Amino acid sequence: MCLAVPGLVREVDGLRAKVDFGGITREVELSLLPDTQVDDYVLVHAGYAIEKVDRESALETMKLFREMAEAVDKERSS
Amino acid sequence: MSRTIDFEAFRTGPDADGLVRRIHELFEGPTALMEVCGTHTVAIGRAGIRSLMPDGLRLLSGPGCPVCVTPLGEIDMALAAARRPDVVLTTFGDMMRVPGSESSLERERAGGADVRIVTSALDAVEIAAGEPSKEVVFVGVGFETTSPTIAAALMTAERRGVENVSVLPFFKLVPPALDLLVAVPGRALDGFLCPGHVSSIIGSNAYEPVAHGADMPCVVAGFEPLDILAGVVMLLEQVRDVRSGGAARVETQYARAVRPEGNRTALELLDEVFEVVDADWRGIGTIPESGYALRERYAHRDAGAKLGVDRTRPDEPEGCICGAIMLGERIPADCPLFGTVCTPRDPVGPCMVSSEGSCAAHFRYERR
Amino acid sequence: MTRDESITLAHGSGGRLMHDLIERVVVRALANPVLETLDDAADISSLVEPGRLAVTTDSFVVQPLFFPGGDIGTLAVAGTVNDLAMKGARPVALTLGLIAEEGLPLVDLERALRSVAETARAAGVVIAAGDTKVVERGGLGGLILNTAGIGFVPDGVELGGDRVREGDVMIVSGTMGDHETAILVAREAFRIDETIESDCAPLHEVARLILETAPDTRAMRDPTRGGLATTLNELSSRSGVGIEIDESAVPVRDDVRSVTDILGFDPLYMANEGKVVAVVPESDAGRVVEALRGHRLGRDAAVIGRAAGEPGVTLRTKVGGARPLLMLEGVQLPRIC
Repeated sequence: MCLAVPGLVREVDGLRAKVDFGGITREVELSLLPDTQVDDYVLVHAGYAIEKVDRESALETMKLFREMAEAVDKERSS
Repeated sequence: MSRTIDFEAFRTGPDADGLVRRIHELFEGPTALMEVCGTHTVAIGRAGIRSLMPDGLRLLSGPGCPVCVTPLGEIDMALAAARRPDVVLTTFGDMMRVPGSESSLERERAGGADVRIVTSALDAVEIAAGEPSKEVVFVGVGFETTSPTIAAALMTAERRGVENVSVLPFFKLVPPALDLLVAVPGRALDGFLCPGHVSSIIGSNAYEPVAHGADMPCVVAGFEPLDILAGVVMLLEQVRDVRSGGAARVETQYARAVRPEGNRTALELLDEVFEVVDADWRGIGTIPESGYALRERYAHRDAGAKLGVDRTRPDEPEGCICGAIMLGERIPADCPLFGTVCTPRDPVGPCMVSSEGSCAAHFRYERR
Repeated sequence: MTRDESITLAHGSGGRLMHDLIERVVVRALANPVLETLDDAADISSLVEPGRLAVTTDSFVVQPLFFPGGDIGTLAVAGTVNDLAMKGARPVALTLGLIAEEGLPLVDLERALRSVAETARAAGVVIAAGDTKVVERGGLGGLILNTAGIGFVPDGVELGGDRVREGDVMIVSGTMGDHETAILVAREAFRIDETIESDCAPLHEVARLILETAPDTRAMRDPTRGGLATTLNELSSRSGVGIEIDESAVPVRDDVRSVTDILGFDPLYMANEGKVVAVVPESDAGRVVEALRGHRLGRDAAVIGRAAGEPGVTLRTKVGGARPLLMLEGVQLPRIC
């Protein structure tokens, strides 16, 4: 019930921002994320930024995909 | 400038096969995992995730479709409002085709009602500002991802002195539904795939009571295909743990967008504008403290009160087992109406009316 | 007639005003010897070619009338030319029916007609006959066009949705979803800083290229309303074979993808107005893609799947899953859920 799309903040003007969603730029409200800065990634739902997307965490999650994909049970109870 | 994130890496890639393999390796026998978010329902369907799961690993769709759980009486309220000549009814697209007792917003529009699809609650405020002779009513359907955006839009209306906009606050809360689900007698749930974006707002800590109180593994997962696969891996690891005596816990797969404490600004805004009340969930019944009403000081923003439109309690269609499906007790295929009388084009019950409902998603995305 | 004028009911009444409109505006824009005779019917025997006669018709009600990448005039010609081309016909002539709404600015009518003329020239077709009507103000959106087209299918060319066979390969000539996305943005149903261009174009050259490269082409379709998914379902249903599509192989422009992600739409269901889906024998697939990529309207051509299995369309997803790809029912609505 929560379609939210990540985008890169290009400009901030008070509680509004211009966000780049990869090929398109849209105006986004920052009332729910007032500390947003240029160059942050944000998740946008219904025209509002609802959370920052953390770069380090994103990379970490991708690494975890790799770890999980390569994990093998060393001991398996039969 | 910092590094760019390549979001495509969450959608596809060589690790997908490995994650599927890992799921098969971790699977130890009949397991039922439930997601409680319509966006997960659709994401799982569109990525064909069920086709990759081992037999016996069931991915259930719970009451996570906000349109589906909006009671018929509330839909009828929206329709009644739409019929008023002085009302502009604004809504997200999701609600347009939902049938009320008779009619739907789409039909009302075709009959001349001023019904407009918006993509943000703020659009309703803008419309109101531009059309002072009309009362702009916003249909407030959604969970905790959405309700803060309406709260923010209402505050904007307050600040700008735009009087002629109000909301029908049909919002619901997720954690109380989880409490109900774990209390279902003879429940066969082994874990919750928790909604990523609701959790961005309420924080992953919100699931601690369910995880510990009901010993239910919880993993907060994102919506891209690899996020979901990884979420299933993490749940299966917990399930294995719990089956051998370990404790269930809350884990976050969607760490890049979810913090334990959530979004404090959003939570404060919700608390400012709304108070928590008991709410009626279609097909399920009343769940205590699972909905919102406008606080007294914002009573002038309550469209029902403003227009004098009350909730009714119309009868539900016969034969529909959506309630049982949303509680995980039955699946769409169990319903005698599914696919025959009840289809996405002619939906009978709530699970079929929304594209995110269990039955609609099943019809569209699962092989039969 | 001054440039400030707009269409009034008098322009449709059959009198002097209407004659002036037809001669000085319509015919002038569409200038060609066949049309200029202005008889009640046109003798087009000079346009006859060898082959089997094909006919098609379509009406155009697009809003807004003008959008990035085209307008109602471009669509009215390209749409009908493309229907003929998809059947393997060489289009030769079109009729143009126009219904104008009282209040339509004359400059808009002229602009649309110029597009009709330019597109017709580009497609090598003559506007051989036409009709002009005016209706009262209310709900028409300014202008509606209808075109009927005739063409000739050369001997030896046999295309049909029922000719798809197990093992055949599906090819698209380019990116999916462009036109409908362009219209959404042009309608301001969705506000972005950039413009998104429709892919509206006549496909007669593309069709000919495909047929020259692969004389055994089974079918060609232009995936308009309902998008690629709907077209594939039609093909599967007509021919009784299943179709499997590889999601990662379907080309989609970045800007189109971003718009559809935000609205919750699926580009596979969105209309195109300048793309071809071709079904060809496996042995011809590589050469057809290469030939298309050499044409400016086929730069992003790609193999997207093949005919196999039980009737119905299956999508192999980006993570290796499989799920049905059903026909579109109703209109996609923007969702936030």
